[in-house]
Amino acid sequence: MSTFVSPDLLPALPADAPRTAGSAAAADAPGALVARAEFPLLAADPTLRYLDSAATAQKPRAVLDALADYYARENANPHRGAYRLSVAATEAYAAARARVARFLGVGDADTLLFVRGTTEAMNLVAGSWGRAHVGAGDEVVVTAMDHHASFVTWQQLAIARGATFRICELTADGRIDLDHLAALVGPRTRVVAFPHVSNALGTVNPVREIAALVRERSAAIVVVDGAQGAPHLAVEFDRLAAAGVDFYACSGHKVGGPMGIGALVGRRALLEAMPPWQYGGDMISLVEDQRTTWNVLPHKFEAGTPNVADAVGLAAACDLLGALGLDRVLAHERALVGQAMARLAALDGVRVHGPSAERRSGVVSFSVEGVHPHDLATILDERGVCIRAGHHCAQPLMRRLGVSATARASFWVYSDPADVDALVDGVQAAQRLFDGG
Amino acid sequence: MSEDARDGGPAAAPRGVPRAAPSEAQLAAIYQELILDHYRRPRNKGALADADATAARTNPLCGDEIALAVAFEGDVVRAARFTGRGCSISQASASMLTGALVGLTRPEAEALVRRFTALVHGDAEAAADASLGELRALQGVSRFPARIRCATLAWSALGEALQTLQARPAASGSSG
Repeated sequence: MSTFVSPDLLPALPADAPRTAGSAAAADAPGALVARAEFPLLAADPTLRYLDSAATAQKPRAVLDALADYYARENANPHRGAYRLSVAATEAYAAARARVARFLGVGDADTLLFVRGTTEAMNLVAGSWGRAHVGAGDEVVVTAMDHHASFVTWQQLAIARGATFRICELTADGRIDLDHLAALVGPRTRVVAFPHVSNALGTVNPVREIAALVRERSAAIVVVDGAQGAPHLAVEFDRLAAAGVDFYACSGHKVGGPMGIGALVGRRALLEAMPPWQYGGDMISLVEDQRTTWNVLPHKFEAGTPNVADAVGLAAACDLLGALGLDRVLAHERALVGQAMARLAALDGVRVHGPSAERRSGVVSFSVEGVHPHDLATILDERGVCIRAGHHCAQPLMRRLGVSATARASFWVYSDPADVDALVDGVQAAQRLFDGG
Repeated sequence: MSEDARDGGPAAAPRGVPRAAPSEAQLAAIYQELILDHYRRPRNKGALADADATAARTNPLCGDEIALAVAFEGDVVRAARFTGRGCSISQASASMLTGALVGLTRPEAEALVRRFTALVHGDAEAAADASLGELRALQGVSRFPARIRCATLAWSALGEALQTLQARPAASGSSG
């Protein structure tokens, strides 16, 4: 594997872990999948209970080191200079693309575009493919669990192009209603967008089944928002593409990489036929006085000086997660989510939203009767517990749940049962405070 | 302007680590019994017939909503009521506002909006102002920057309502 993977980051399986002295309860509990010591922010504050990894993940030391190493040793503008340092930066950038492509299961690395994140990826697909192919009378389909990054982008494209915007509803337990989707998708459908995993509910959607459903009924492109997928599940894009997926987007900062970098993967034939969406340096082949021709993939879609350092940092995060094994990541999260769901649901007045633990990634969204999510988040914060309170950039979903906001706890590789304890204790403390009158 | 006027509070924590041990004292400061009481039993909640000025505000972070309605008699506030939903801070703040407003002239109401806004941003002089009465219970919000907007939601609506009123002729008083 890659030189960026520190052996320290690959912990022994829990069953092999030596038991040191301590309480029986502590010895029996599975700990973190990757030690908190490997995440400088968590290591600096052992009392911090960070339960907002679905918003952004804490960064492993290996990622911070990769960023610093790039700037300290290889920094130059790539694709430009004839001098060796620029060549080194160019090679680091190309290698980062290859490493991220390997992590996402993309065989053709040039079909992986570096973008700022999932939001920019969605805007790229809508702004390039969408503007070229969606017109009056066409239909664009999203789901009621789409993040605003997808929902609003496709809604606005539909408005701008005079197309009909359709929303696939959810089942009572927070899954995409496949019967409704089958009824919505037809010959006029040009785009179907949905999340791999719901950021607000944690629901893992059956991507290949949905893609096959769309393929049977239309020639629409299938766009998957993978912001919450890539941190928890092996994406295997080429297998998704074989089932009918056309585009897959994800954000680096949610897989432990830096903020400001992400990836959009697309089918080569689509990307080659699409017009550029931003103009500038690097993306051109030849600029004449009255016309310009475009560079090849991936450069056609990467105008301007690329974000090499963050690409290198993202590659380090991908190497780390790939070596760890996403099956282990998901199993770890589901164990914690199962504990949290069971213990929260056992409290009077607590409603857990969404499907059962085995259909989720590491997210638990819930409401506490009589305690607003913002109040809950403030009370938990005073106990060192960071949760998200709000609409999670999913206001259409909140309306369907009949709430304006929920509380959301989310887990990742460094989470451990003490996080669940702190969450449940904090919820009970909030209930005592608000019931006390 | 939320970073100033921290004097008088506990020593500022280093940037990026805004937390020492869990501070039950600070929590008690934000969730005083008076605030919880206004949250559980909001005063003046509901529609107001023959309002002279109305305004609504939404907190885009959480979708919390406050709609405020004020009726004047001459230049003096005769009644104020609110509708909406949200966290304890936003609802208690709206409830307290409606009580504090009755009997004030327009200029006095505008001055109170400014005074209250200063209070929840940590202004020490406002915190010592006994004329603010029970509104001072919300002073603890100043230590929770993420929650200041909750406290000011209704007051922001009031500011807008007063402005729309000023844009109209003074004869708009409902019965005066």
